[in-house]
Amino acid sequence: MTEPSAGIRPPTRPELFLGYLKIGLLGFGGVAVWSRRLVVEERRWMTERDYAELIGLGQILPGPNIGNVAVMIGRRFHGLAGALLATAGMYAAPLCILIGLCLLYERYGDLPHVAPAMQGVAAAAAGMVIGTALKMASRLKLPSEAVGVLLLATLAAAWLRLPLPLIVIGLAPPSIALALWRAGLIGRGVR
Amino acid sequence: MSVLLLQILGAFATLSLLAVGGANAVLPEMHRQLVELHGWLDDRTFAELYALSQAAPGPNILVAGVMGWWIAGGAGMAVATLGMLLPSAALAWSMAGLTIRLRHAAWLRPAQAGLVPIAIGLMLAAGLVMAGAALEGGWHRLAIVAIGALVIWGTGWSPLWVLAGGAVAGLLLPG
Repeated sequence: MTEPSAGIRPPTRPELFLGYLKIGLLGFGGVAVWSRRLVVEERRWMTERDYAELIGLGQILPGPNIGNVAVMIGRRFHGLAGALLATAGMYAAPLCILIGLCLLYERYGDLPHVAPAMQGVAAAAAGMVIGTALKMASRLKLPSEAVGVLLLATLAAAWLRLPLPLIVIGLAPPSIALALWRAGLIGRGVR
Repeated sequence: MSVLLLQILGAFATLSLLAVGGANAVLPEMHRQLVELHGWLDDRTFAELYALSQAAPGPNILVAGVMGWWIAGGAGMAVATLGMLLPSAALAWSMAGLTIRLRHAAWLRPAQAGLVPIAIGLMLAAGLVMAGAALEGGWHRLAIVAIGALVIWGTGWSPLWVLAGGAVAGLLLPG
C-alpha cells in the first residue's frame, strides 16, 4: 500500500475535541486501536508514518502512550489550546463513566457482574490490538532490521515480561542507530 | 488543600514520571506506594478497584482516578488524575516542541523512525497478553481473538463490528 499525503486534512479545534471524545468513549480495552483508526483512517489528520513516529515518542515518554500522542497531536495543530482540547476530549467520557461505576461500587460493595458477553468483548479487543499492530507494521513496510527489533520488543514484553522501561532503555539506542544507518547518516563506509 | 490530598498528588505525580509504557507498567509501584507505603487501601480493594477501572472505556491510566476516589472521594479522584496526567503531559508537550524546533534536522526523522518498531512491538505484546487473559476463559476464545485481529488487519471495517461480534460470540459460547 502506498502512503499518499494527499487527502490529509488537519482538524479544526472542535474537530480535534470531538475526535478525541470519540476515541475515549469507544476505547474499550485500550485506546490505541481507536486512536489510530480515527487519526489515520477515518479523519486522515496525518499519514501512517507521521502517526507511527508520534507513537514511537509517546512510547518512550512516561505516562499513557496515547495520552502523550494526544498532547503532541494537539500541539502540532493548535498549540496549547489543541493539547488541552485533545486531552480533555479523550478523558471526559471515560471519567464520567468511571464516576458512575465508583458510585455503584460504593453503594453495592461489589462489581457489576461480568457477563459472558463482556468476556467475548475482551477477547475481541485483544484481537483488535494485535490487528492494529500488524496493520501498522505491514503498511509501514519496515526494513528487516526494524522487524527484528519489533519482534525482540514483543518477546521481551509478552514472554519474558521484562519491565517496559528496561525494554525501551535496552532497545531504543541500537534501534535508533540502525535507523540512522539505514538513512545513510552513520557508518557510510559500511554500505 | 488537606495534607492527605497533597500526599495523593505527590504519590501519583511520582508514578506519572515512572510510567513508561502506561499504567500497567507502573501498577506494581502503585501497589507499593498506596498499599504498602501509605496503607490507604488493602490488597483486595486494590485488585477490585483495578478491575473496576478496566470495565470503563478509555486509557487505562484512569485507574489512578479510581484509587484517588476510594482514598479521598471526588477531590481525591481529581487530585490523583491530575497528578497522574500533568507531569507526563508536560513532558510530551516539551517533546513535541523539540520535534517542531528540530524539524529541519536531517537526523530527526530517522531517529524517530528507530522508535517505531519498539512501539509497535510493545503494542503487539500488549495484545498478546490481553489475548492470554481472554484464553483463560476457554480456548474457543482464540477464534474470537484471531478473527478480530484479521478483520482489523485486512479490512477497513469499523472496530465496532469486531466488538459487537465478540459480544455475540461470548453470549453464544460462554466460557
